[in-house]
Amino acid sequence: MSTSSPATLDRRSFLRLSALAGGGLVLGFYLKSSARAGGQEVTKVTGLTDGNFAPNAFIRIGQDGTVTIFSARPEIGQGIKTSLPMIVAEELGVDWKSVKVVSAPFDKEYGPQAAGGSTSTPTSYMNLRRAGATARAMLIAAAAQTWGVPVNECYAEDGEVRDRTTGKTLAYRDLVAKAAALPVPDASTVALKDPKDFKLLGSRIGGVDNPKIVTGQSLFGIDQKVPGMVYAVYTRCPVFGGKVVSANLDKVKTLPGVKDAFIINKTFGDVSTGLVPGVAIIADSTWSAFSARQQLEVKWDEGAHAGDSWAGWAKQAKEMAQGAGTGLKSLRKDGDPDAALASAAKVVEASYTYPFVSHLNLEPQNCTVTIEGDRVRVLAPTQNPGAINSSLSRFLNVPPDNVEITITRIGGGFGRRLQADPAIEAAAIAQQVGVPVKLMWTREDDMQHDHYRSGGFHFLKGGVDAEGKLSVWTHRQVGFDAHYISGATDYPARFIPAYSLETAALSNNVPMGPWRAPRSNVHAFVVCSFLDELAHAAGKDPVAFNLAVLGDRKMVSDPPRPDGGRGGEGGAYNAERMRGVVQAVAEKSGWGKTLPRGQGMGLGYYFSHQGYIAEVAEVTVSKDGKLKVDRVTAAVDVGSQIVNLSGAENQIQGSIIDGLGAAMYQDLNIEKGRVVQANLTDYPMIRMPDAPGKIDIHFLKTAYPPTGLGEPALPPLAPAVSNAIFAAIGVRIREFPFSKTDLSWA
Amino acid sequence: MSKFTLNVNGQSHSVDVAPETPLLWVLRDHLDLVGTKFGCGVGQCGACTVHLNGSPGRACLTPVSVAAEMKVLTIEGLSSDGSHPLQKAWCELDVAQCGYCQAGQIMTAAALLRGNAHPSDKDIDDSMAGNLCRCATYTRIRAGIHRAAELAGAGKETA
Repeated sequence: MSTSSPATLDRRSFLRLSALAGGGLVLGFYLKSSARAGGQEVTKVTGLTDGNFAPNAFIRIGQDGTVTIFSARPEIGQGIKTSLPMIVAEELGVDWKSVKVVSAPFDKEYGPQAAGGSTSTPTSYMNLRRAGATARAMLIAAAAQTWGVPVNECYAEDGEVRDRTTGKTLAYRDLVAKAAALPVPDASTVALKDPKDFKLLGSRIGGVDNPKIVTGQSLFGIDQKVPGMVYAVYTRCPVFGGKVVSANLDKVKTLPGVKDAFIINKTFGDVSTGLVPGVAIIADSTWSAFSARQQLEVKWDEGAHAGDSWAGWAKQAKEMAQGAGTGLKSLRKDGDPDAALASAAKVVEASYTYPFVSHLNLEPQNCTVTIEGDRVRVLAPTQNPGAINSSLSRFLNVPPDNVEITITRIGGGFGRRLQADPAIEAAAIAQQVGVPVKLMWTREDDMQHDHYRSGGFHFLKGGVDAEGKLSVWTHRQVGFDAHYISGATDYPARFIPAYSLETAALSNNVPMGPWRAPRSNVHAFVVCSFLDELAHAAGKDPVAFNLAVLGDRKMVSDPPRPDGGRGGEGGAYNAERMRGVVQAVAEKSGWGKTLPRGQGMGLGYYFSHQGYIAEVAEVTVSKDGKLKVDRVTAAVDVGSQIVNLSGAENQIQGSIIDGLGAAMYQDLNIEKGRVVQANLTDYPMIRMPDAPGKIDIHFLKTAYPPTGLGEPALPPLAPAVSNAIFAAIGVRIREFPFSKTDLSWA
Repeated sequence: MSKFTLNVNGQSHSVDVAPETPLLWVLRDHLDLVGTKFGCGVGQCGACTVHLNGSPGRACLTPVSVAAEMKVLTIEGLSSDGSHPLQKAWCELDVAQCGYCQAGQIMTAAALLRGNAHPSDKDIDDSMAGNLCRCATYTRIRAGIHRAAELAGAGKETA
């Protein structure tokens, strides 16, 4: 098995390249990703003569037997470049070692190509199986025709078709010419493998780019070079929404290596998705540009938000939520929460807070753009090539088909690279300088001009009845951004007879956006920690208490949605699956064992991104307040089939440690309308010594369609740890980062 | 601008750059050795770790004028064919997620193993704490270093 660098081919050159091999028929079609609608479409788009067998855009088999599988989704570390081709290869019936994986260019042929929301697996799984099975059916038909036997006498395995009766075999390479001449069957009619016959899916397969990663070969956006390019840096106003008044451009232009410097005061889109005003410096190398920037002096018009601060927002939130609730909007009210609180045997009241955080993609934002007339070529480490395509088409006023995008390997996504801003900046600069531009953000740019995970303030009251059962829950949330405001069906709504949710968004100008498991990443902490507080108030074991809250219903939905929803967004909640993982994690973690003071176990569980995951953390808190997570046990239900066991476990391990790091350390403060932190020196991230000593992962195989793992293992971790800390030393943490809470004990 | 002669991976290279230019950008922009990564520019993330006269160092904080006096080893020179025990272990255990930090991780780990053929978990944690992995593959990096130590040991026994 081998891989190729990101394909820089557009569809036409792809077909041209295919044609070079000579003589045969290529039928291209794309399978629209429509798993949510429960069906799929197959559209023939073209026919060409060449020597390969390419029944769809994902597969090409050459007459030399080379099997190429195109991977269409951006690889951000979630392992999709390996796992999606595995699905195709499984149904195609080829030895993985014979497969060459190539990153597909951005092209309509491939249907949606964004990587976000842990949706790549659920929306691709059936389509890619059908893509592989279609090719297999055609190769079997070609063999049956050759032998003059019925197709049902033949089967395919390991890159060859075999005749059950005669034992004859024909290798795929010898069937390429004949198969290419056959009509492509309707993909919805081809027979899929019985999952019990899977050989590849569910096994451990190493990432296809691993050999290049460990030898330092060019893969990422930052590694790209194009002939004649210049290097650019772009300085934005530290206050969000500010504009340039003037800059010492004359001086900057005289500095070594600097080719040009200019102000861009036009804007495009809004502060969070487009171009903001700034100063561009163009130079002959990255360092020349960075170095010249040290000398840049800009006078800014800081605009209307230069007085914004986290401290101000926190005060405002408290006033809104703890007073009469003026400005709050009721999102849900079940039963009579006031009466239920009045009659509860015990009432607990608490407020929870978490700050803004940065994505801190280790590869800082960058983009390389070439503009030639009305044609644009983009080399981008992007999770969302479609957004770049449509934004640049509008920004540069060129047809979308003229914007060619090569998706490079990506040094971390986490949601940040769903935004198109680096590409628009690079294009705005390239437009002005007239040669290809590689725009490089510094770490400081990246931290101070991110699309942050929103901060938030939660004010809760809950009550338990005389039997210790949860009877009432009221929740007021004051936040900043729609991505992070609680939804009317977020757990535990629908599980408590008296329930109310009121929310408000504070006026602000901070760019915000999805951050790994948006909303769930913070709400799980609030909800599962407060449930733990109530369990202790009720004098109940937390596992038993939470299982009682989950009740005995199977599906909880209002209104029901056919796709199962994403948990926090109005979807159905499968309480049976959640009980399954909670019970499993309790059993596997040895829940209930007696531990000395200073050690404790805590439970977190959350449904997000279609995954049901429960985690138990086992922690030790030293007397001087040092936290060590000794072990995390995870029970994971993402459906009937793990695609790549190695990749799946890697995602869960990483999500757990990332979730721990965000909870323990990450804290981005805003004062005077600007971000206070600038680099890792004042924005600590989790390091190896803080990683849990052991992470045990248990998959529950259930009869539901396979779903993604880029996100859902992160949310349960923070409450599992904070609840374990409470069990260990009796200190309740109600704030991210945990480092703000004194954990010392005597 | 000034002319410098660098010894990188056993080869001699001449560059004409400002003396304070960090080795990182000379490697990446001038010598097309892009395996050494830019992460923070202030020596905190370790993505730019290279060996300077055999010791791990930060290419982002090392001016070319200083590096020119030293033998520089980058990930591209760690082995000719990806056969260093760490490289083999990293592939075998599928350590990487996004992969961006891993060259730096491997270079730091290579220096660790050179001085400590069989490090404990604690030794590994202490040595690797300066290398950030944003995907948090720490569990597998630890395992990868242990596996590389095994592979290196086995190689010696058969050699």
